[in-house]
Amino acid sequence: MTNRLAVSRIQLSEFRCYESLRLSLNSTSVVLTGPNGAGKTNLLEAVSLLSPGGGLRRAKLGEIARNFPANPDGETRAWAVSADLETPDGAFQVGSGLDPAALAQGRERRAVRIDGETKRGQASLGRVCAAVWLTPQMDRLFLDGPSARRRFLDRLVYGLDPEHSSRVAAYEHSLRSRAKLLKEGKGDDKWLASIEDSMVRHGIAVAVARADLLARLSRAGTMAVGPFPAARMALAGDLENWLENLPAVEVEDKMRAALRDGRSRDGAYGGAIVGPQRSDLLVWHDAKGQSADQCSTGEQKALLLAIIMANTRLQTKARGAGPLLLLDEVVAHLDAERRKHLFDEIVALGVQAWMTGTDRALFEGLDGRAQFFRVEDATLTLETTP
Amino acid sequence: MTGREIENLIKLLSRLPGLGPRSARRAVLQMLKKPEMLMLPLADSLRATADAMTTCSNCGNIDVTDPCHICADYNRGPDIICVVEEVQDLWALERGASFKGQYHVLGGTLSPLDGVGPDDLKIDQLINRARADEVTEVILATNATVDGQTTAHYITERLIETGVKVTRLAHGVPVGGELDYLDDGTLAAALRSRSVV
Repeated sequence: MTNRLAVSRIQLSEFRCYESLRLSLNSTSVVLTGPNGAGKTNLLEAVSLLSPGGGLRRAKLGEIARNFPANPDGETRAWAVSADLETPDGAFQVGSGLDPAALAQGRERRAVRIDGETKRGQASLGRVCAAVWLTPQMDRLFLDGPSARRRFLDRLVYGLDPEHSSRVAAYEHSLRSRAKLLKEGKGDDKWLASIEDSMVRHGIAVAVARADLLARLSRAGTMAVGPFPAARMALAGDLENWLENLPAVEVEDKMRAALRDGRSRDGAYGGAIVGPQRSDLLVWHDAKGQSADQCSTGEQKALLLAIIMANTRLQTKARGAGPLLLLDEVVAHLDAERRKHLFDEIVALGVQAWMTGTDRALFEGLDGRAQFFRVEDATLTLETTP
Repeated sequence: MTGREIENLIKLLSRLPGLGPRSARRAVLQMLKKPEMLMLPLADSLRATADAMTTCSNCGNIDVTDPCHICADYNRGPDIICVVEEVQDLWALERGASFKGQYHVLGGTLSPLDGVGPDDLKIDQLINRARADEVTEVILATNATVDGQTTAHYITERLIETGVKVTRLAHGVPVGGELDYLDDGTLAAALRSRSVV
């Protein structure tokens, strides 16, 4: 038993640029340095697939498989990630990949195995592994549409509440079912009402879990630590407004009525008039009183890191261990003071962070406190710390 | 390696659920070693079953008689109908041998994403059966999946007009299960459907 979550072994096969890779690790953080296109982010993606969801690239299952030039016939191969995890609940062997049996029948399906047992659904992954990431693609998180912000928030919720991924999946399944029926003009009133009932039950549970995380984050005290700015966060949406002002039973009735009355509109425009898919995560730089999208690029990144670290502290307290932190090309954008603080806090919290960068020198602050690998052309070499 | 007939047999067997090419090859080899004891009786049995099999026009079970042996059994009460998604669910409940009423196989679940609607399932037939005077209760035993639960909700709404009592299977702690190992959702469901002892 340990009081941390860490990967102690990871093995990849037919995964992106890796034909096969096997790494044995200790529980300290992992630093991957090397030129662009060497395979650093691919390894982070593999680790992200040990937690629920589609991984840090949200790639389609078939896209992850290794192909050209190794596989010129274009046939999709069954990729796999297998890992030994140390968790506060004991050691687990986790496997995730493209199901070879389904693939043989021409279908792409994710296979999940824990301790050799096949699991249905991905919530089982959430019970043993949580991962949170920050990637260059998320630089525009505060500027782009709200769906990426909701995904970011949901990922933080998974870490504290593994069942959240099942609720989100159930809600989205019902949302898509209703949209299809409305578009085709097929559903009778009772059929649509049954689907809307499922949306109400799961949708409100999703909204409540999100609000609960924000409340816990703000209760955990000020988010400003050291040189990182404090972020103030709120959820905006009809559902959130109702939940704040009305008893849950009334919110259920209200949402049910809104969905029923909104059928013709939703049939014409798609989506649903109300639900957690319409909420937005609002973030402000607390000290400046400025909305995050108005802050400089560097400050936006610092705000995101501040939120991720506040969540890590909260999760360490609540579940006995923080999530795996996957920080892709993050360190290069921090000034020396913030870099030092980030490294010290990662070590102090005992989380295993996987960090990438092109410049080894930027990670000097972790010398002797992390495992350093040089990545070149999909080959990893362990560096001895000076 | 082997003749076309044998390869064909292996190919056919490996399409069955639970059997891959390797286990199909082992099964075929075993039969080839004991043609009189295994292979010919199996062939006869397959032929006889294929000729006789039929779907029960009352409940949707697969059997060799219509009505099936369950519907034809006078020792089973006519007052309760248990609704299941597929024949395999009916067989699972029969293995448990604790239900002595009637069944109704829907043939799947409502699933707009797969293009399955109420007309594709045996829902109208269920409503008609539930209207019969002797029927007092309908048990919904659909799976605890999103589509299974949506289908149960839909059937409940449709059954209101018949005035029959509608119940569903309990969700919660499995027999012999330890609370510590249950996920939060199952525990919450178990608490909600607690019963007086």
